[in-house]
Amino acid sequence: MNDVSPFQTKVAWFFEELKNKKLVGTRCKKCKAVYCPPRADCSKCYSSDMERFQLSGKGAILAYTVIYVAPESFSRLAPYILVIAKLDEGPKLLSHLVGVKPEDVKVGMRVEAVFEPTPDGSIYYKFKLLKQS
Amino acid sequence: MRRVAIVGVGHTKFGKRSDASLRELAFEAVKSAIEDTQISLNEVEASIVGIASDELADQLLPATPVADYVGMNPKPNIRVEAACATGGAALRTGWMAVASGLHDLVLVCGVEKMTEVPTARAIEIMGMGGDVQWEFKPFGTTFPGYYAMYADAHMRRYGTTERQLALVSVKNHRNATKNPYAHFPKEISVEDVLKSKPIAYPLKLYDCCPISDGAAAVLLASGERAKRITDTPVYIAGLGCASDSMAVFDRSDFTSIKSAILASKQAYKMAKIEVGDIDLAEVHDCFSIAEIMAYEDLGFCEKGKGGKFIEEGQSEMGGKIPVNVDGGLLAKGHPLGATGISQAVEITKQLRGEGGLRQVAGAEVALSHNVGGTGHFVYVHVYRR
Repeated sequence: MNDVSPFQTKVAWFFEELKNKKLVGTRCKKCKAVYCPPRADCSKCYSSDMERFQLSGKGAILAYTVIYVAPESFSRLAPYILVIAKLDEGPKLLSHLVGVKPEDVKVGMRVEAVFEPTPDGSIYYKFKLLKQS
Repeated sequence: MRRVAIVGVGHTKFGKRSDASLRELAFEAVKSAIEDTQISLNEVEASIVGIASDELADQLLPATPVADYVGMNPKPNIRVEAACATGGAALRTGWMAVASGLHDLVLVCGVEKMTEVPTARAIEIMGMGGDVQWEFKPFGTTFPGYYAMYADAHMRRYGTTERQLALVSVKNHRNATKNPYAHFPKEISVEDVLKSKPIAYPLKLYDCCPISDGAAAVLLASGERAKRITDTPVYIAGLGCASDSMAVFDRSDFTSIKSAILASKQAYKMAKIEVGDIDLAEVHDCFSIAEIMAYEDLGFCEKGKGGKFIEEGQSEMGGKIPVNVDGGLLAKGHPLGATGISQAVEITKQLRGEGGLRQVAGAEVALSHNVGGTGHFVYVHVYRR
């Protein structure tokens, strides 16, 4: 068991990598399917021969909402912005979008992952808007 | 496989039922289902009980006190759980038990008691229906929040408006005034919806179904047995069920519920019907956007035209396909385990011609659409009289 992982899993190393500010997924060596969050097993071809690969953490907003009525455990944080982002490498992730006002969020905006604690103290990925260069 | 018919139905008043416990609510529904037929309780061979949440019931094996209290011991009892589609899953399970020949007469009851815990706790419990590892625990996702993302995506791609979303809730509240079992039988205006408090952008309070208590029950019989029990059997002519990813972020599209599209195609094929044959539908309007997506996913209108469908009154009583004539989840209420069975109860009454003030004249074919989670699984049933 890995202290950093908020739950028991074969991919507990993922949370060690988050602590190092790295977003690391898995790729099936057999059928090349990619997973982030990582999977220890390939749900597509049933192989468990997986390799790790680092993602850029960059992507674009596919969908978003602003949570005004939150579950008990998040009521202190409300309102907060949730986004689903499609990462440049293919996988999609849901997380908070931080550092921006709700009215300024638009689908299609570029984002990048940052690494911050959630209310239970675990380090997870969140997103912030990527500055246009 | 044998034909299966609904031969008895029962339904409680939905609402904040602080007067009754989980098992007592179930008893009300089961008693009226038994009284709806000429059979006696001891003829029922098995019970299937749908309850979505152990946490809300504050009881593990929550179907057991129900089976006990409704007098079904020592007969076979199965508890079914499929989140918001628990009732639809229980109906499918009952159909399998009778169609297979294992049983001739089966009780299917769905029940939930949701108002005994504080609202924030109920939201917490229901939030656990999202992916706990990758969505709910780290990021505080909620069900209104998931559907809000679908709503925003639908509005952006197809030009659906907040006003069109509001019209769904206005229609269903109006329909609920004709249903004595409804939680909120009162008319509301588009402005009421638009001005109600924000829950998850762009959804507001009246875009969301209430938290309700309630129960519903049906008795299922084989075709042969049904003819001996009643002159008005309602046959389950087609079934469909499909599933999708645990994490909503893994979905391929946020403007439709793919599992609903797949499930409805299966049910239409099995029942040998076309969409045009459907006289009325009970759809899973947990949120206003969910009913708009249902119009499209079930093929009532073209993809992207759901907003126009409600605006033109096509889903109103007297429209192309009246939808949720009993008030739907938005106004009748959504006691999780009861909802799918409640849909079957309403349809049975309609196909028997017992719809009262909300009767769809001459209804012969009807459809129910019960969505679990955010399309994690969808159960579609087609009924014929």
